Amino acid sequence: MRTLSPKYATLIALIALIALAPLFFPSTFYYRIGALIFINGLAVIGLVVLIGYAGQISLGHAGFAGIGAYACALGPIHLGLAPVLSLVLGAVLSGAIAWLVGRPILRLRGHYLAVATLGFGILIYIVLNNEAQLTGGPDGMPVEGLGLRGLLESAGFAVKASKLWYWLAALVMLAGALLALNLHDSPTGRALRSLHDSEVAAHTVGIDVARYKLTAFVISAVYASVAGSQIALMNEFVSPDIAGFLHSIELLTMTVLGGAAMVFGAVIGATILTALPQVLTALQDFEHIVLGLIMMLVMIFMPEGLVPSLARLVRRRPR
Amino acid sequence: MSELLQFLLSGITVGAVYALVALGFTIIFNASGVINFAQGEFVMLGGMSTVFLLDAGVPMLPAAVAAIAIACAVGIALNKLAIQPARGASVVTLIIITIGASIFLRGAAQIVFDKQIHRFESFSGDEPFVIGGATILPQSLWVMAGAVAVFAGLYLFFTRSLLGKAVLATANNPLAARLVGVNTNFVMTLSFAMSAAIGAFAGVLVTPITLTSYDIGIALALKGFAAAVLGGMGNPFGALVGGLLVGLIEAMTAGYISSAYKDAAAFIVILAVLFVMPHGIFGRATVERV
Repeated sequence: MRTLSPKYATLIALIALIALAPLFFPSTFYYRIGALIFINGLAVIGLVVLIGYAGQISLGHAGFAGIGAYACALGPIHLGLAPVLSLVLGAVLSGAIAWLVGRPILRLRGHYLAVATLGFGILIYIVLNNEAQLTGGPDGMPVEGLGLRGLLESAGFAVKASKLWYWLAALVMLAGALLALNLHDSPTGRALRSLHDSEVAAHTVGIDVARYKLTAFVISAVYASVAGSQIALMNEFVSPDIAGFLHSIELLTMTVLGGAAMVFGAVIGATILTALPQVLTALQDFEHIVLGLIMMLVMIFMPEGLVPSLARLVRRRPR
Repeated sequence: MSELLQFLLSGITVGAVYALVALGFTIIFNASGVINFAQGEFVMLGGMSTVFLLDAGVPMLPAAVAAIAIACAVGIALNKLAIQPARGASVVTLIIITIGASIFLRGAAQIVFDKQIHRFESFSGDEPFVIGGATILPQSLWVMAGAVAVFAGLYLFFTRSLLGKAVLATANNPLAARLVGVNTNFVMTLSFAMSAAIGAFAGVLVTPITLTSYDIGIALALKGFAAAVLGGMGNPFGALVGGLLVGLIEAMTAGYISSAYKDAAAFIVILAVLFVMPHGIFGRATVERV
């Protein structure tokens, strides 16, 4: 019997998720949460490349989301760029910065890498907070919208912003997933996964370890940046919190909770951790306790993440 | 000149607290290889428990001792319930478990205590001493003395006592330590208890100066972690130097450049040091065995 390759299985599962979810939405508010899930999903797919494929760690990726978001806030005002071009500018900028800082940072390993990426993210957060004349400081600043809705309206299609963003974010995430899945089976992807298992072994068979780590770092930075831009464009507002340590942790947790080694797992992680706070607000004061508890329990009992652990459970069951 | 002295004194005070937090990271890291991001919550627990025990009419000394004991119990529970069951998990997984624990403890603190900012009386009044044109609060001297006592006590513990040597042996090579009869499980529990106690002790000492609330832990944990890495992860002396350095850099930047960028300066120095010395100032280069 021919089985579906993991790549197409993941894509079909994602498309089904995107297409079927709206059938269960009681109100348009849920489209907004859906859009947020897909935007977070995109950033998290980038981290799958860095953490799941290449086996590196980052506690500062929100910094790149911050760069993407503020590129969309500042681009139209200071450079007269269209919002879409600002997004591209942010992505290029993030990639370039990742390439520059990645060279020295990625020579570090384990906890030293963790603290260096942490420091990098915090530096961006501090700059966004303090350069108030440019960024509005801690209060944040308004962002010019994408303008797509007006365009559709003038063409005779009236769409609610939340619905539009749902489909837009879904498309961008699918594109991101497709790229990451293709990368997985490419020579670059194989090189990344080999250095995940053992840098020494990868080095001995002639893989340029430093270059491939840098590639993964730059890719994940661009993903995070595009996600940050989308959040800014959707909310038409941005504040430095998008680059904060807690956002970095949120992205990292989504990645690992769902299963860092696979794109689909990471998207499930993004779904759970984006939807969970909406559910938990009903618990009010107990919100943090429950969130912390869930993080601990999943990681203790399913250290590989939800999806891989559940998949193994299903596979083990006799037919 | 008096200005420089003033910044030095405040830098050393803050640095002493960072050093104690960094020491907590180091002790747990040595025993278990875990980076415990809940380390800052122990500082919060020490300060907040003391505040509420004082409010309940308990005198200062018993309140402080009880607060440290509470933190110890939480530390032991953290090890038994969250860290030991996940043994062998990857670095990222363990980091997320301890971050989950820190979110959990913060959430519990806002329910058990409250969301207000608190302080209690300084141990020996608020009349500052004047040294060479700079002033220093009596409480700052308490903080410094406390840090010196902890580091000196630990030095004696590690070099003079059999149990201390067992802890060092476990840090060096857990398997070999087990082979010569060290109960490594007990060493792990002890390490979590010691780290929690040191953190809570720092919390008790510093609350009259910096105040406390349920959410102070995370910032302290980041600084303490950074300080421990700066000094070289796993080296108690490195924790001391790293903590003092981060405190001094912050104080100097706040004094001479801009207080808004004091956190930035600390992290820029840390990044710069790591680029030149990838294992921190006193860290040993580890050789990966294939």
